[in-house]
Amino acid sequence: MGEITALTAAELSERLATGEISSVEATRAHLDRISAVEGDVHAFLHVSDHALDVAADIDARRSSGEELGPIAGVPLAIKDVLVTTDMPSTSGSRILEGYMSPFDATTVERSRAAGLVPLGKTNMDEFAMGSSTEHSAFGPTHNPWDLERIPGGSGGGSAAAVAAFEAPLALGSDTGGSIRQPAHVTGTVGVKPTYGAVSRYGAIALASSLDQVGPVARTVLDAGLLQDAVQGHDPRDSTSLTDAWPSMADAARAGARGEGVKGLKIGVISDLTGAGIQEGVSTRFREALDTLEANGAEIVEVSAPHFEYAVAAYYLILPAEASSNLARFDSVRFGLRVTPESGGTVEQVMAASREAGFGPEVKRRIILGTYALSAGYYDAYYGSAQKVRTLIQRDFANAFSHVDVLASPSAPTTAFRFGEKLDDPMAMYLNDVTTIPANLAGVPGISVPVGLAPEDGLPVGIQFMAPAREDARLYQVGASLEALLESEWGHTLMSQAPQLGGKH
Amino acid sequence: MSTAELMDFDEAIEKFEPVLGFEVHVELGTATKMFSAAPNGFGDEPNTNVSPVCLGLPGSLPVVNEQAVRYSISLGLALGCSIAESSSFARKNYFYPDLAKNYQISQYDEPIAFEGEVEVELSDGSIRRIPIERAHMEEDAGKLTHVGTSGRIQGADHSLVDYNRAGVPLVEIVTHPIFGAGALAPEIAKAYVATIRDIVISLGISEARMERGNLRCDANVSLRPWGQEKLGTRTETKNVNSMRSVERAVRYEIRRQAAILEAGGTITQETRHWHEDTGTTSAGRPKSDADDYRYFPEPDLLPVVPSAELIDELRAALPEPPAARRRRLKTEWGFTDLEFQDVQNGGLVSEVAATIAAGASPAAARKWWTGEITRLANARGAEPTSLVAPESVAELTALVDEGTLTDKLARQVLEGVIDGEGTPAEVVDTRGLAVVSDDGALIAAIDDALAAQPDVLQKIKDGKVQAAGAIIGAVMKAMRGQADAARVRELILERATE
Repeated sequence: MGEITALTAAELSERLATGEISSVEATRAHLDRISAVEGDVHAFLHVSDHALDVAADIDARRSSGEELGPIAGVPLAIKDVLVTTDMPSTSGSRILEGYMSPFDATTVERSRAAGLVPLGKTNMDEFAMGSSTEHSAFGPTHNPWDLERIPGGSGGGSAAAVAAFEAPLALGSDTGGSIRQPAHVTGTVGVKPTYGAVSRYGAIALASSLDQVGPVARTVLDAGLLQDAVQGHDPRDSTSLTDAWPSMADAARAGARGEGVKGLKIGVISDLTGAGIQEGVSTRFREALDTLEANGAEIVEVSAPHFEYAVAAYYLILPAEASSNLARFDSVRFGLRVTPESGGTVEQVMAASREAGFGPEVKRRIILGTYALSAGYYDAYYGSAQKVRTLIQRDFANAFSHVDVLASPSAPTTAFRFGEKLDDPMAMYLNDVTTIPANLAGVPGISVPVGLAPEDGLPVGIQFMAPAREDARLYQVGASLEALLESEWGHTLMSQAPQLGGKH
Repeated sequence: MSTAELMDFDEAIEKFEPVLGFEVHVELGTATKMFSAAPNGFGDEPNTNVSPVCLGLPGSLPVVNEQAVRYSISLGLALGCSIAESSSFARKNYFYPDLAKNYQISQYDEPIAFEGEVEVELSDGSIRRIPIERAHMEEDAGKLTHVGTSGRIQGADHSLVDYNRAGVPLVEIVTHPIFGAGALAPEIAKAYVATIRDIVISLGISEARMERGNLRCDANVSLRPWGQEKLGTRTETKNVNSMRSVERAVRYEIRRQAAILEAGGTITQETRHWHEDTGTTSAGRPKSDADDYRYFPEPDLLPVVPSAELIDELRAALPEPPAARRRRLKTEWGFTDLEFQDVQNGGLVSEVAATIAAGASPAAARKWWTGEITRLANARGAEPTSLVAPESVAELTALVDEGTLTDKLARQVLEGVIDGEGTPAEVVDTRGLAVVSDDGALIAAIDDALAAQPDVLQKIKDGKVQAAGAIIGAVMKAMRGQADAARVRELILERATE
């Protein structure tokens, strides 16, 4: 691993600004790193063939004296759920293999406008359905900490790319934990912003009422720099909030200086810390809280009695919306088309294309969702799930009337081995028990690394959640904890990651 | 279906009470589509008025067209409806290749307008009140063309899809069941659609051209024995796209259902296709109340919450109600009751008004619309309103008034306009139809005719001026009708007595 790829986005930005490093050099270093480790990791589905041209353009603009944004010239990995005009967008599915979008996702457009250099598109569970990337139609991504283990999902590609130093920054999407859980298992930072803080336009929809695009990085500050670049109102997304947002990077810098920890009230959700949490995950979680408490934070237990129904409600709402969102993949206008040998009617072509183009998990959820929305079952399933959603929102409101932020382990376990949960969808679904409530309520959540589990030496993350629109509070708390832990350890967690680069 | 399976209409009404219901779709004439910035236009190259949103491309999201919301509220108010403080969109899920997303964004349990009433006037001048259940916003689907012998999706070789219409804003107006129509059911059906059309045109929210599908009517008909409370099974005849056809389709369904019930049969709940050429309906797909569209709230859109100020503003800007408008126009135009009913029953009030607005006299506008244009429409099995624009009719009357055309020539020009040869002035030019106003040419023709018929000339000279008729005929023939007969008579008398 070279010196440039070891830099954080913030560090790289400073050197780009002073001219010490050019964007072409930074981009080439990351492309070289990708060449070196992709054989092991498989974080990317597509690597851009013109990233160096984009970088050269940024360098030229900088040398001509143009005022560029704070992270201009920094390479970026983009989850394949976000559509791009210059690279294929598949959402991890065979049915979209080779699909070229005529427009950029708003977050991609804003990334380009900020001068970020897209390196490529990252792997993911098909249509973001999964917690391991094992459901990608194009093969799984491997966890850089242990190549025999999953990198989390659905955004395992973005998390692994950042953890393997293939990119300093990545965009992800989080419907039930797809940014935070991969961050947890790869020792990186992932943020699901407030629902509506970041545009969904151009994010291939999984469950529209839950999906949110957000940043993946190795530090809280870097994540804040990326959220600053992409957040804010987008008239093309009707659910986008019109709020003026503060700088998340500024909040992270304030946190790193230690501001805000003293007197901070942290609510530990007792319902998410008991049974089912791996011992080493609990240990590191408690130690992190102790560190915050030692620096003046107040830790209280809070109860969220309806969280236990969150997974059940989520697995009705998500498949219901997904079954409708995925109906457009019918081969009529774009995507894979399979014509039965005998020819066939348009219905038969649609059916054959969907049969061939969708993987088993996608089919499972389409069937679940179609059933849940059916006449006679709607009230019992979708209707009840929406009521649970309201109750969970009330749990959050009650909790936030006592505390500033809520805390839980980011996921119940460290990275599991490939195949371990593949045949047991319920076990896979329960891996999202800690992250799902934030999506159901639309509140922001962050996962910050808190060390390695003693029993397996794999990364563990802590999740903080804040009231809607209080994303900055998460960046501040996250950066405070990050700084305190790094000074305790004397190093960053990522510096402990194994060296890669054997296979080619 | 042969007429043997139809019951005589009067007999059917004697035995059964018809119950009607209508779903009228109005395409709104907004500049852009319901949920995207793609242009809302008719007749353009296929698949040119499209955007990622109306093609349902991955990652695209809908955004509500505010103008469509304003139009919908205005229409709701004009229908006497309450406007919902908050109304929401829902997804209606079904697979069909003209539906890009394989769901239609519509409104389900929270329509923008609900519970209203429309007054319609029948040919005898009586008024009926049609109860409106709701008016809701939705998007139109694309258009399929089935290539092959049948022209239907079954048996087609392949089908072409044009998404220009996909996402065009629609308001669907749904009535409550209409009871007590009796023998007037077909007329009420026609008058209802004509009234909706007048309302839409006076609001200026749609061109309401039925032949283009701007206004489409689904007619529900059921029968029950007189005195029975329970409703009979209904059929829904889809896309009846002219006022005359609505009347015919309702009449046909009453006769068809009556024959089946009388023979002890049962009515199948189904959609039916209307066949303009044969004046019959045929079975479509079976439909039950359990049709499962898996409706659920559209998560990509927020509820529509119009401010009280907006509703007040739109209410204040409403055109006068149809009944008041009719009274005013009748007085303004100086029509007799009979003359006005002629216009009203033809569904031509808006056309006559527009023709007068474009400069024609009320009498001429009425004469053309209820006379020659209606005659041509009937001959062609079309709707008068679909044949010619009011502006062209006004231009035609101006050409007659200034003496460029006689009535007879004007009728020929009208046919040219209808056949797409251009504006009236252009047709006059290309067909060379203007009245010959050059006296020299007329005199030459008169002199020829007089020379050819010296006996007639003598009679005129003897004071038998009615004998001039024979010469007029000969001159008009020579001029191929393009002369003013009165002027010809004047000139004949001058020449004969010189």
